[in-house]
Amino acid sequence: MDWIQILVAGVLATVGPVTAGYALSAIGLNLQFGYAGLLNFGHVAFMLMGGYGTAMTVEFGGPLWLGVLVGIAAAALFGLLIGIPTLRLRADYFAITSIAAAEVLRLVVRSSWAEPLTGGVFGIQGFAGDFHGLNPFPAGLYGLGPFVVTGRALWVIVAGWVLVLLATLFVARIMRSPWGRVLKAIREDEDATRSLGKNVFAYKLQALMIGGGIASLAGILFAVEQQSIYPASFEPRITFIVFVMVILGGAGTIWGAVLGAAVFNFLFFGIDALMARLQANVDWIGAILSPAEAGLIKYVFVGIALILLIVFRAQGLLRGRDEGLGDAT
Amino acid sequence: MRPEPAIPHEPGAPKPDPVLTVTGMRRSFGGLRAVDIDHLEIQRRTITSLIGPNGAGKTTFFNLLTGFEAPDQGDHMLDGDLLLGIPAHQVAQRGMVRTFQLTKVLPRLTVLENMLVAAKDQPGSSFLGALRGGWGGQERENEKEAGEILDRFGLAAMADEYAGRLSGGQRKLLEMARVLMVRPTVIMLDEPTAGVNPVLIQSLLEHVKDLRDAGMTVVLVEHDMDVVQSISDWVVVMAEGHVIAEGPPKVVARNPAVIEAYLGRHRGVEDQ
Repeated sequence: MDWIQILVAGVLATVGPVTAGYALSAIGLNLQFGYAGLLNFGHVAFMLMGGYGTAMTVEFGGPLWLGVLVGIAAAALFGLLIGIPTLRLRADYFAITSIAAAEVLRLVVRSSWAEPLTGGVFGIQGFAGDFHGLNPFPAGLYGLGPFVVTGRALWVIVAGWVLVLLATLFVARIMRSPWGRVLKAIREDEDATRSLGKNVFAYKLQALMIGGGIASLAGILFAVEQQSIYPASFEPRITFIVFVMVILGGAGTIWGAVLGAAVFNFLFFGIDALMARLQANVDWIGAILSPAEAGLIKYVFVGIALILLIVFRAQGLLRGRDEGLGDAT
Repeated sequence: MRPEPAIPHEPGAPKPDPVLTVTGMRRSFGGLRAVDIDHLEIQRRTITSLIGPNGAGKTTFFNLLTGFEAPDQGDHMLDGDLLLGIPAHQVAQRGMVRTFQLTKVLPRLTVLENMLVAAKDQPGSSFLGALRGGWGGQERENEKEAGEILDRFGLAAMADEYAGRLSGGQRKLLEMARVLMVRPTVIMLDEPTAGVNPVLIQSLLEHVKDLRDAGMTVVLVEHDMDVVQSISDWVVVMAEGHVIAEGPPKVVARNPAVIEAYLGRHRGVEDQ
């Protein structure tokens, strides 16, 4: 068994664009769910809007920077459109309608009649040349010891983590403000907040749009990194993986979303590498699991991890939500 | 200022200086007419108690007045300002602020944060205001005001505790203190003494009287008749959605219609 390689797989995923992207998505969801208490089960749709907004803008002749702005705006607009009819509903109805809205969006994007615009199931490719053209790192390998990335990957990593840092500082700033305090109050008790003269609906709508705008950066980062975008990348399970990250890190904490994404991806990709090697090298495991089946074990881990997390540490690694109050609520 | 003795002791009686006027307010749930009030005026700077047997429509009436529910018809005026179709948060902004039968503190905010959320003037409460910054000065002033109110309500020592850590009685106090941060003209208290121990009830009632003496109008729903007798300037009795009597507490207590509403109508208790 090559433990070093397993460790390398875990660490590279943790520092790589995949974690930066998921961290951005988790920061957005943390604003909506961790602070405002919105049970947004359609979160992946904001990532889709970001990625497709960018890719389609470039596809139709716009520059990439404009595409990024269009992607962010499209996600915020999507938040406005689904928020207006649904945010007046009770939390559980909002959860159901949000997952439905996200699925409708994905199915529309992949439908054959949308193909002239979105590329249908084939998606859109090769729209991020401008970004990779700006890469200041010469081709070659960069790294420490066994942890090595290409110059191209390093550029995406730097850009991704700069975005994560900016998004985190932005959320930290607005959550320290009186606006952020009203958001937390809404999470605690909507009617009480309303009775104190606060327009709860408007705050929830703002949280949905701003969180969605931040999450759109995740879709943009993934699309730009891979130079391609497909509807199949935006299935509902992405939403729930991001939920696991937010709860794991500590919902309603500033750094919890980033920490949750990092820890989750380290374990997720570490287990993936571990299972692949066990399948190949350990006879009895190879006998009961095909390589494809071994690759699915990581999803079993996601389910078990979520259960254990909720049972033993629902407040997350950084003590979010519960904030030391325990059963006192 | 107490109501003048000249006010007739009958439902819908006009008052010399009403802060709140209700006209033709109806609200039905299916076939049940929960609230059906032809006319009601609440005199400014008084403590008016709203009493009545369970299911009389008191809480629904509260919800209608504060915008938490919409009436089927009818309207009400606050200080000459028509509140028809005004949403709950705007009713609060216009000066009529309520509390809840089941106390609603914000448990995972501190006591001080509970107060600051309610602060009326804070440009940083809007998203753009928060981004722009420069709300720190107002925040200091709000903290000072909140500190003074908490001090008065005996909660100053708890300012940095999570509200979820407070006892039931302290939560009632916090809810009442928090209302003051909105600078209301009319305070609507839904069962302020429910579940509070007798010692704390006395101090709670003193606070209610202080609010009136500071120039506010207090309307409260209350079940405890001793409480009603001891603090009310005026009592409004509801039964089956109607106002069936109003007057000073002692007069209302002797009213046959009120006794009938509490003990049963037309028939004796044994017949039911």
